[in-house]
Amino acid sequence: MNRASLHRALSCLGIALLMIFAVGVVFLGSLSLDSPAMAQSQGKAPGNALGNVSDPEFWRQVRRGSAGTVSIPDKKAAVLVQSGGESWRVKRNGPISRYGAWGLVATVMLMVAFYLIRGRIRIESGFSGRLIRRFSNIEVFTHWLTAFAFIILAITGLNVLYGKYVLLPVIGQESFAVIAGWGKFAHNYIAYAFILGIVMEIVLWLKDNLPDRYDAGWLAQGGGLFKKGVHPPAGKFNTGQKMIFWMIIVGSGFNIFTGLNLLFPFYLMDLEQMQLMLILHSISGLLLMFVIIAHIYIGTVGTEGAIDAMRTGYVDENWLLQHHSACVPKKD
Amino acid sequence: MARMKFLCDAERCIECNGCVTACKNENAVPWGINRRRVVTINDGKPGERSISVACMHCSDAPCMAVCPVDCIYETEEGVVLHSKDLCIGCGYCFYACPFGAPQFPQAGNYGSRGKMDKCTFCNGGPEEDNSQAEFQKYGRNRLAEGKLPLCAEMCSTKALLAGDGSEVADIYRERVVARGFGSGAWGWGTAYERKS
Repeated sequence: MNRASLHRALSCLGIALLMIFAVGVVFLGSLSLDSPAMAQSQGKAPGNALGNVSDPEFWRQVRRGSAGTVSIPDKKAAVLVQSGGESWRVKRNGPISRYGAWGLVATVMLMVAFYLIRGRIRIESGFSGRLIRRFSNIEVFTHWLTAFAFIILAITGLNVLYGKYVLLPVIGQESFAVIAGWGKFAHNYIAYAFILGIVMEIVLWLKDNLPDRYDAGWLAQGGGLFKKGVHPPAGKFNTGQKMIFWMIIVGSGFNIFTGLNLLFPFYLMDLEQMQLMLILHSISGLLLMFVIIAHIYIGTVGTEGAIDAMRTGYVDENWLLQHHSACVPKKD
Repeated sequence: MARMKFLCDAERCIECNGCVTACKNENAVPWGINRRRVVTINDGKPGERSISVACMHCSDAPCMAVCPVDCIYETEEGVVLHSKDLCIGCGYCFYACPFGAPQFPQAGNYGSRGKMDKCTFCNGGPEEDNSQAEFQKYGRNRLAEGKLPLCAEMCSTKALLAGDGSEVADIYRERVVARGFGSGAWGWGTAYERKS
């Protein structure tokens, strides 16, 4: 092999090596460019660090209240957006406040209208002067325990819902805050007196409020409410009173259950359920107030002689004959 | 008048909790209360993002709407503040708030919660600006000193922005354009849009 041919062979080998190297570089380079870690497209962070969830999907989940993790003890703080509060706000400041106020006014108007049309239901044969024991002292006590507790709860409760619009502009922010603060304490603690009263009422009066044979007749005659001189017979409690009793028991049951959950927040309920408790508490409280307004009217202005039953426990014999003829003690 | 807003850039937040510490220190926040917190979504997984969150100082704030004593108010700069003298600790603001901002010093029953505490955008309360009484109840009033909230000022990655809403939005818009992706202006829809 002469010198020239060796030179040609070497240069051929060099070109071949160069080409292999170039192909290799292009091949390996394309490999490395294919790997996602190196793809610098659109300024995204390398390494699939943001995951496969799209941004809109990620933020949608956050908006819908998905929880993350927090390093502070209060793990409830891990939720970024909870929207239950806003629907609670809309319901509370909207329909509940509006219909509640209308309902209260309507109930009072209804009582006034009833009074104007029907007038006071008098004892038709007048007071006899003979008194008959209708309620024992414990029954009278139970009634007033529940009654005063309810009135305080109702007023302080209404103050929480409406005080800002009704009382605050009249007496000013500072005085209103003091009253509302004490009102809240009263509401929280007098609740227990109310619970005791309701339990005692159930024990004392449940048996007298079960359906009996006078109910059908009483209902058929509308309880004599709308016509003078009609007095369907009734036992210790007539059907109207029984209905009020059961509305009070069921309504109070609702109020007590929801109220206890509000007094002991988050023991049984999570945040969403607490908001539901607040809604139910205000609705059942307002409904109970409608019932009690009617009850107060019938027991005081509406019916002559009725208040004596709860003032002294004694009623006039003629009153009892007229309203509860089936439970007048037999004369010897 | 400027409308103050917070914005946390989730592409930048590294969960260092510097904002939480800055807030606690600057405002002498009571033990057990975090006016600001950092929430991490998908912690340790691909797609992990952290977000610093406090009171967003909402427009038409839900807390204001449900407060039975009207102790929460909005300043001319859109900052939502409250009076601890008027607060009765009923907790309604907590139930209403979308961001879990209102907190109470005690987690007790029977309304033994104490007075509500929340982020003030470093703007104190109804007391005289920078008075001792204001500091004790609400912390520093940096806005009255011409400064912005310390959490955002001290953010190491400038993820947390605080200030005039239009300027904050401008900065964030620039970032989105420069990055070419991502426009999760976190919480703005909930906080600042019109409520239905």
